[in-house]
Amino acid sequence: MEKKHYDRPLITRIEAGMPGKSGLRGELPPTTHIDGQPVAELIKTYGSPLFVFSEQTIRSNFRKAQKAFTTRYPKVQFAWSYKTNYLSSICNIFHQEGAWAEVVSGFEYEKAMENGVDPGKIIFNGPGKTREELLKATENGSLIHIDHLDELYLLIEVAETSERKPRVAIRVNMDTGIYPMWDRFGFNYENGQAWDALNKIMYSGKLELMGLHTHIGTFIMTANAYGVATSKMVELARALKQKFNFQVKYIDMGGGFASRNTLKGSYLPGSDTNPSFDEYAEAISSALINSHFTPDDLPLLILETGRALIDDAGYLLTSVIANKRLSAGRRATIVDAGVNLLFTSFWYQHQVTVAQGVSQYREDTTLYGPLCMNIDCIRESINLPVLNPGDHLVIHHTGAYNVTQWMQFITFRPNVILIDGTGNTHLIREKEGRESISGMELLPGHLQKIQE
Amino acid sequence: MKIKQQIAISDTGFLFNPSTGESFTVNPVGAEILAMLRDGKTEDQILETITGTYTVEKKTAEKDLHEFAGMLKMFQIIDKE
Ligand SMILES: Cc1ncc(COP(=O)(O)O)c(C=O)c1O
Repeated sequence: MEKKHYDRPLITRIEAGMPGKSGLRGELPPTTHIDGQPVAELIKTYGSPLFVFSEQTIRSNFRKAQKAFTTRYPKVQFAWSYKTNYLSSICNIFHQEGAWAEVVSGFEYEKAMENGVDPGKIIFNGPGKTREELLKATENGSLIHIDHLDELYLLIEVAETSERKPRVAIRVNMDTGIYPMWDRFGFNYENGQAWDALNKIMYSGKLELMGLHTHIGTFIMTANAYGVATSKMVELARALKQKFNFQVKYIDMGGGFASRNTLKGSYLPGSDTNPSFDEYAEAISSALINSHFTPDDLPLLILETGRALIDDAGYLLTSVIANKRLSAGRRATIVDAGVNLLFTSFWYQHQVTVAQGVSQYREDTTLYGPLCMNIDCIRESINLPVLNPGDHLVIHHTGAYNVTQWMQFITFRPNVILIDGTGNTHLIREKEGRESISGMELLPGHLQKIQE
Repeated sequence: MKIKQQIAISDTGFLFNPSTGESFTVNPVGAEILAMLRDGKTEDQILETITGTYTVEKKTAEKDLHEFAGMLKMFQIIDKE
């Protein structure tokens, strides 16, 4: 007789008042396939853990966002936020869809150039640009967003050594009613710093003012904050028009739209509560359209949306290493992907599903990564089916910030693949090996041997 | 390992402990083990049945059985030796 499938023996206490099977806990079906590709096969071919990106989802997100804005406002331009995910394959999908590049370092700037982005369509943000970088961006005609007065003065100096006038905007920070207020980047609106910087630019005659930029924060859960922010930007534009008869070419509202993830400590899943592209678009477009701008001089609206465009297009596949019981009887499962790969687990309660047909018995579990470090916890508490070593799990919505903020810590970073629109898989970043890390080290002569 | 007298076990894997008022669910392998414990089977006999019925190695089954027993003790379903 053929033997039956084994699930380890399990006993769970039934707690009164707990939502039942179909209650709040929302039991998610297994994720056996991603874009038609079997998870087990992907792991067999490319190893575990594995980052997987869906080209189809990226393109469809982009088109949804684009549509939400273009149906409400006539001049819209997205710029892909490189720091959110700067794997070149990912950037180029966005560029093919028409996005410009938004970069915050010399490295990211070079990357955008290498990807073939027209330098006039590179937005250079950030507080740490060097003189050399400013000179290069000036000569290339890129859009330089000034963060502080020292940079403004440096750029005026740079302008004197360059044939071209730097094309600039200032970054503005402001109170939009949300907490925390980001005031460390750019010039403040309420205390007049922003207006002061604009006057300095206009009177210098050395810089070509192109637009106004803000980025009010990230994962902003109320669309209305964007309405407030847009009105303040419009007010600056109006003041420029009034005083200098100067028309800004664009207003850049930055990024910050929430993705479908759930923030730690939230009671309801983010997919139910976070605003949609339409709600953000409505808030921003209304503030622009209801302003002093005449139809002919409406500025270009630039958006630097990052996480909301890519989070749900990225998956982290992982495998169960072991199960154990903690001292108080709690179940813990150790998987082969840790916080070294999943930086966002520090602030998201990532959705995790199993990748194979499952036993109907479930248990509250703590999900730990493989690092020998106390911080390495993916989920403090998650209700999962009984798992056996070797089983696969799918961690959802991992597309933003992980493949840029991941750490080379304790072990190597894994392969990253892309599933294209027709279901073909492509390796887009090779896993690291010892050489990738030790190869950069240099050993002084007297330390080359540990024994004479 | 001995299951406390007063514990009621249903065929569908439902347990009730009248002295604490707590109820529990067990999965099929767990239910089978409980039934064998009730019948007074030894640990070796239990392991033999489990490895004979299911696709599991003895090592794993043994580890899981010990852990399961730990849970039963914690929930006060079996007597502490
Ligand atoms: C200037 C700027 N623009 C855009 C973004 C993208 O933000 P998000 O991923 O929240 O949309 C960031 C991220 O921090 C940023 O600093």
